[in-house]
Amino acid sequence: MAKYIIKRILFGVLTAFVVATLTFFIMNLVPGGPFLSEKAVTPQAQAAMEAKYGLDKPLFVQYLTYMGDILQGDMGMSLKKRGFTVNDIIRNKFPVSARLGGMAVLLSVLIGVPLGSIAAYNRGKVIDNIIIVFSTAGIAIPTFLSSTLMMYFLSVKLKLLPSLGLTTPASYIMPVLALSLYPASYISRLMRSSMLDVIGQDYMRTARAKGVSTFKSIFKHALRNAILPVVTYLGPLLAYLMTGSFIVEKIFTIPGLGHEFVSAIPSRDYPLIMGTTIFLACFIILMNVVVDIAYAFIDPRIKLK
Amino acid sequence: MKKTIAILMTTVMAASVLLAGCGKAAGSGAAADGAAAGGTSINVQVGPSPETIDPALNSAVDGANMIIHAFEGLLKFDKNNDVVPGVAESYEVSDDGLTWTFHLRDGLKWSDGSDLTAEDFVYSWKRVADPNTAAPYGYDLLNMIEGYDEAEAGDVDKLGVSAPDAKTFVVKLTSPCVYFDKICAFAVLVPVQKATVEANGEGWSTNPATYITDGPYYMTEYTDGSQIVFQKNPNYWDAANITFDTIVWNLIEDANAAYSAYQNGDLSMIKDVPTEEIPSLAGNGEFNIEPIMGTYYVTFNCEREPFNDPKVREALSLAIDRDYVAGTIMQGTYSPATNFVGPGVSDEAEGSSFEEVTKQKYGDHFDTSNYEKDLEKAKQLLADAGYPDGQGFPEFSYLTNDAGYHKAVAEYLQSAWGELGLTMTVNIQEWKTVTADRREGNFDVARNGWVYDWDDPSNMINLLETGNGNNDGKYSNPDFDKAVDDARSTTDIKEHYEKLHEAEQIVLNDAAMAPVAYYNDFWLQKSNLKNTWHSPYGYWYFMYGSLE
Repeated sequence: MAKYIIKRILFGVLTAFVVATLTFFIMNLVPGGPFLSEKAVTPQAQAAMEAKYGLDKPLFVQYLTYMGDILQGDMGMSLKKRGFTVNDIIRNKFPVSARLGGMAVLLSVLIGVPLGSIAAYNRGKVIDNIIIVFSTAGIAIPTFLSSTLMMYFLSVKLKLLPSLGLTTPASYIMPVLALSLYPASYISRLMRSSMLDVIGQDYMRTARAKGVSTFKSIFKHALRNAILPVVTYLGPLLAYLMTGSFIVEKIFTIPGLGHEFVSAIPSRDYPLIMGTTIFLACFIILMNVVVDIAYAFIDPRIKLK
Repeated sequence: MKKTIAILMTTVMAASVLLAGCGKAAGSGAAADGAAAGGTSINVQVGPSPETIDPALNSAVDGANMIIHAFEGLLKFDKNNDVVPGVAESYEVSDDGLTWTFHLRDGLKWSDGSDLTAEDFVYSWKRVADPNTAAPYGYDLLNMIEGYDEAEAGDVDKLGVSAPDAKTFVVKLTSPCVYFDKICAFAVLVPVQKATVEANGEGWSTNPATYITDGPYYMTEYTDGSQIVFQKNPNYWDAANITFDTIVWNLIEDANAAYSAYQNGDLSMIKDVPTEEIPSLAGNGEFNIEPIMGTYYVTFNCEREPFNDPKVREALSLAIDRDYVAGTIMQGTYSPATNFVGPGVSDEAEGSSFEEVTKQKYGDHFDTSNYEKDLEKAKQLLADAGYPDGQGFPEFSYLTNDAGYHKAVAEYLQSAWGELGLTMTVNIQEWKTVTADRREGNFDVARNGWVYDWDDPSNMINLLETGNGNNDGKYSNPDFDKAVDDARSTTDIKEHYEKLHEAEQIVLNDAAMAPVAYYNDFWLQKSNLKNTWHSPYGYWYFMYGSLE
């Protein structure tokens, strides 16, 4: 197992390196630069700004310098959030996104797993159909629409919830709901189909024939087997949700990392583009490793090699 | 089975109870905010997180709005946009216009209680010129000062600024500049504290502990993407007249989010109003529209055929129904352009308007009330240029990004120029790409616009000078270059403005570009927020305001 983990981590490092290299060169191929603005600054000022941040050097030299710095944990200064280092931005904003995303994942599981199981156990009945309709809608409705609708009704019309920031516990309600709508629906569908598979298995019939109660048969036998596809999905889901959502953060004015990740691109904030991309890549890789390890605990038949 | 469902339902209900519990907390939280706003605190939105609030590095309006509340330069602008004494109580200019001597007020202090002296200005101005600072406005603001070239090359001590004593600041110019007082009031040239800036690098301006100011407010919180909080500075010389104890700058990017917060009563003023709400805001006393100094225009690539022909350019320009564009497409948030320089820009006399003088002396170049006449003229000009009814005119494209009304204006131009028999395609690109392509001359016709940095028509007229970095269309006319140059070098303020009027007429007659509309700021402000004002620079002054 230790060997497996080490191997996965080494592969992860290699993947992160490839991601960083590709991002660096593709980013520099896009026209325009960080200091290009609607109002042209004088050539002197342009040159001074480029010299200050090393953008006047050949691209390959910039690449080597960047890679050297990042190995020492220095992701550089942001060019469009002057005065902040990229390390600062990630350090300040990742916890906000992670907290929000973590809550959303938890809520998605708490809603999706029971709903999927209920639907499977009531296959073809009214309750199953209702759950299918809702989960399909949940997958189809885009986040910006659900966020805006919630904001309009709960915040503007009914004045129940604050519309800005994350200042009170209540501020979390709308963003967390908006973030979990899609994954909760998706999980309930995953759960329903895998639960249906499991219910049809011989050992379930045996269990019931032996007189095991429904409750016990679900929790002891069915759930543990049926939840594996959900766990697979949770890895990337955790990574995506915890690194933040551009749309939800923009609509609810949340100072999270997802917004920085996207807005760094139109402003050509090179160090921030690199920093957030590498961070997200590493996080996804890490989460996948964690999920693989989790498999082994949930299903002892799986051996990590 | 029933048991299972019951258990699962219980889990779901438990979760919803938890959430409902949070809901109650929300109600009380919002009420508390409202109560606080009733005191001496104000919540406003003037934009998302500023790129910087370091005065030397700033080149944006939202950053400048915060800087003018935190810092005060030698001079400043009053409610009528006239230059008045700031931390300098008086100044005199030598007869040749080259030496400006400022006398600072007594007992000036920084927000940390230490003394503010003329040396601080020497340091701050040199810092703006220093290539290591890389200030975007360094050249524009300081190039007329002695020794600027050496300073820009790295020898900052050559810059012609000095402090003969703690209360006197002297600036020596190489050429006279009739609007130098306005430059001294510019938000980039405020003093910053040497010790904290040097000890903390670029990070000094994002940390409340090191953001030492000399103006009405100092910073107590900077949460990027959320809010910046300013607290009244008791060490400010005019603190007695400052009203609000706290200003909270809500850093909201999404206009709909800002609008919701405004409707909730969380904010007293928002700058970003969703454009789709504008029709419903007509006649609402809280919705304000005021001019800012700036013009939305169309740039022709003067180096490309057929746009190198002034007749063609003028024909295209006259075919634009400016009243329709500003009033209908832009929903009245812009004003139709009748010349190049619009409202808000001063002329020679105090309180005068450059635009009014143009109207009196030359009349309007575009007759917005009689567009049909202009259209006939356009058709005639196009025929004179060899393209009767647009025959033989090559297909061309219009370069723009998709923000605000840009796309709608592009589509309008497509149909308006279609009336002349011309075929134009709309080329929508991402903003940085548009800027890069436009600068490299990689376009036929492009959207363009300018918001003035300071109140002098030369700030925009000079853009069309041969070799200017913002002369995207590469327009060039020696007569125009001479007029602009004469305006720059004269010490006679009257001649300065006369030459600029002359220059404006040249570019209008040459159709060097097609002015479309004048910029306005439009914003929502609660009716109980009084005694604040908005200036043609796009700045809001909240420091003397009150909630009634």
